[in-house]
Amino acid sequence: MSLHRFANPARFLRLAAIVQPWCVGLGALCLLGGLYLGLLRSPADYQQGETVRIMYVHVPAAWMALFVYANMALASAVALIWRHPLADIAAKNAAPIGAGFTFVALVTGSLWGQPMWGTWWVWDARLTSVLILFFLYLGHIALVNAFDDVERGARAGAILALVGSVNLPIIKFSVDWWNTLHQPASVLRLDGPTIHSAMLTPLFLMAIAFTLLFVALLLINMRAEIVERKIRNLRRARAAES
Amino acid sequence: MTRKRRRLYGVLLGLAALGAATAMALLAFQDNLVFFFSPSDLIAKPPSADRNLRLGGLVETDSVKKLPDGRTVEFRITDGPNTVAVHYAGILPDLFREGQGVVVEGRLVSGVFQAREVLAKHDETYMPREVADALKKSGHWQEGKKP
Repeated sequence: MSLHRFANPARFLRLAAIVQPWCVGLGALCLLGGLYLGLLRSPADYQQGETVRIMYVHVPAAWMALFVYANMALASAVALIWRHPLADIAAKNAAPIGAGFTFVALVTGSLWGQPMWGTWWVWDARLTSVLILFFLYLGHIALVNAFDDVERGARAGAILALVGSVNLPIIKFSVDWWNTLHQPASVLRLDGPTIHSAMLTPLFLMAIAFTLLFVALLLINMRAEIVERKIRNLRRARAAES
Repeated sequence: MTRKRRRLYGVLLGLAALGAATAMALLAFQDNLVFFFSPSDLIAKPPSADRNLRLGGLVETDSVKKLPDGRTVEFRITDGPNTVAVHYAGILPDLFREGQGVVVEGRLVSGVFQAREVLAKHDETYMPREVADALKKSGHWQEGKKP
């Protein structure tokens, strides 16, 4: 299988060193462009007025919350089935980033809900399932770090990540399956987006920026973890020698 | 069968079983997962007077009446075939108006919904005000349709 070429940590480190600065640079560019267009240049909404600008942070953050978890679940499956150490490291280091995005989505959603709906929080299916996603991330972080044996922690975390992945379709389709206060999807829907193109452009720019930011942060974390494990192994070898 | 193959099938089987179990659980709790009932739901299955519940639908056009005390409002919520009268005293959210989706929480007392809280629901359409005005002017406006 050709993917095995990338499972080599030395090759991964070389590749990551090349990719990471590009992600940071392009991501910062998209973020500045998206914020400028979204906060200053895009029109106010006919219903929501200026409040609609929260969307440019809230929606990409919510997409990332799902996207990062999907990646984490995939990496966990690869780790469980093919026992790639890099997949374990990827899953472990994606969790805090995903938790961060989920937290941003929850907080901005709450700030948006108060002026528009008239409430900070309701227990409808969409909001509740995203809160569960946040707790899944936190649970994963706690579980992976709860074992002295790194591999055991990774195995337990991988199983939790896979079990939690049933929540992803529930979050996505909660607004279609049940009555919710949250409105249905505006962009990822079969009959095309229901957002005017002047608002869609900054939204997509922000989504690209958040994705690049995620890749950059993940690479930084993974590189640090690989180096840390190397140091730990060297120390152990030296201690065994003496 | 190699060990990797066996682990792959194990993971797939586990996920399929988990998915099926979740789907069944969600179907079983269907009624408890809805955030609000529609007027038709309330008329088909009238709740007991002391039960706290949420009712959702569109505010019927020409149904909003502000009472002289300045804070009490009466309006009707419709889902097309059925309507329910609502009585509410308090502050309405900014998005509240006729034709707008709302969710009200309270009790159904002898046919009139006594609301404690009114929440506005907005649809998934976003567009600049000028575009909305132009659509309304040209007669192409449809509530809840994409631009």
